[in-house]
Amino acid sequence: MTKPLSEAVESLKPSGIRKFFDLVSEMKDAISLGVGEPDFDTPWHIRDEGIFALEKGKTFYTSNAGLKELREEICNYLKRRQGITYNPAKEVLVTVGGSEAIDIGLRALVNPGDEVIIPQPSYVSYEPCAVLAGAKPVIIDLKAENEFRLTADELKAVISDKTKVLILPFPNNPTGAIMERKDLEDIAKIIIENDIYVMSDEIYAELTYKGEHVSIASLDGMKERTILINGFSKAYAMTGWRLGYACAPENIIKQMTKIHQFAIMCAPTTSQYAAVEALKNGDDDVKMMKTAYNQRRRFLINAFKEMNLECFEPFGAFYVFPCIKEFKMTSEEFATRFLEEEKVAVVPGNAFGASGEGFVRISYAYSLENLKLAIERLKCFIGKLRSR
Amino acid sequence: MRDELLALIEKNSRMGLDELAVLLGVNETEVAEELVKLEQEGIICGYHTLINWDKTSIEKVTALIEVKVTPQRGQGFDRIAERIYNYPEVKSVYLISGGYDLLVTLEEKTLKEIASFVSDKLSTLDSVLSTATHFILKKYKDHGTVFDKKREDEREIITP
Repeated sequence: MTKPLSEAVESLKPSGIRKFFDLVSEMKDAISLGVGEPDFDTPWHIRDEGIFALEKGKTFYTSNAGLKELREEICNYLKRRQGITYNPAKEVLVTVGGSEAIDIGLRALVNPGDEVIIPQPSYVSYEPCAVLAGAKPVIIDLKAENEFRLTADELKAVISDKTKVLILPFPNNPTGAIMERKDLEDIAKIIIENDIYVMSDEIYAELTYKGEHVSIASLDGMKERTILINGFSKAYAMTGWRLGYACAPENIIKQMTKIHQFAIMCAPTTSQYAAVEALKNGDDDVKMMKTAYNQRRRFLINAFKEMNLECFEPFGAFYVFPCIKEFKMTSEEFATRFLEEEKVAVVPGNAFGASGEGFVRISYAYSLENLKLAIERLKCFIGKLRSR
Repeated sequence: MRDELLALIEKNSRMGLDELAVLLGVNETEVAEELVKLEQEGIICGYHTLINWDKTSIEKVTALIEVKVTPQRGQGFDRIAERIYNYPEVKSVYLISGGYDLLVTLEEKTLKEIASFVSDKLSTLDSVLSTATHFILKKYKDHGTVFDKKREDEREIITP
């Protein structure tokens, strides 16, 4: 065949740190601090419910939007945890992970040429999804001095008459940054004044270690313009089940459901039954995991302090994002040498956008024992670099 | 802090004050004071080590004995429980609801010693009506810890 493939897809840059990823995959004996998924198993009662669903022969499609019972439980959960009321019949769509919701949400919102504002460093799929939807991504480079929060001034500076959507990725992967109520109120004003939609990716909402997570959808005038995305992967350690959801005004969910129906049909049925159990009886599991993450977070922050490694204290997700600029090398050089010399894998910050350059992402979805071992090696590595 | 501290040292009583302080986000003095209080209040009753004896050369036989007793006037089950737990070879005694009254864990070197404890010491107590002895063949999990289970991390080394 000689005919060209899709230009839009071909134009997507493969992840800028492909070389590093390839190197890592060859290092079988490395200690990894590189994953973006929980180390816990899915709690047994949730797995058991999935098994039970299979035993009972619940192996058919569900309705496109997802099991009615699951949508109702999602609404109960959001009411209970965030104080937001959604209509389970019309304002909820169960998706294949939060990632599907990002994709079809953007496709439902934008027309060619519309601008989608993406704060970075952030998860790797927003920009390509925006491009595939025909939009023009507009990047905001978040700053370490603001603890990687999005400020009103930063937002104002990039708004144009083409601005359609703001993506709000907090608690943030890879920085661990959160947006507190006052931060959200500051930007909500501008969002409403400029009549912009918000796609709020709250997949790490349960992993907030300072106060309780606040959803921007709970602020006055915001619910009607917000697609709230959440899911089961991080809070309930269910990454492999591939289950997430989007909540939004009826007209948006209606359009998203069309794309979902044609592309996916419905999210995996077994996973949906397990998720009902997670929402009904999983609060204690979430609390247990969150407590463990928080202890590890404190351990790492304290270890960085002891070795004088610059790092703001993150209050969300399971990542820390220390600054490595003092060593006068790029993130990728740092990560490569750390891997080669000490056999520890961390992710270069620039994998999450240009503004991640000068930082590395360290995940604490690992046991304390594992983290201690890795931190010893980091100490050793940094000692070597500094003594030069 | 109390609940989180207890949960941590229940899993690992060897954690130092410095480490506990970091994990709990408080200072070492606070941890030390809380531990003293917990000991004084009888909430922390001891610091044990979980040992998988099967992997040592030391012979040990453990039995769970269900004991039916007649409660004694004025003292209920406490008096007979005390008679039983005073034997050093008795590792634990629980009062149980259901088909029998006391569950006694007994640890000895040989099966014969267990048999003689049951027939000579336990059954001969006045208020003991009957016993049923079960020998433990293998311990899979004890105190929330699974023995002999080392799992590889099956996750990808790096994911976004």
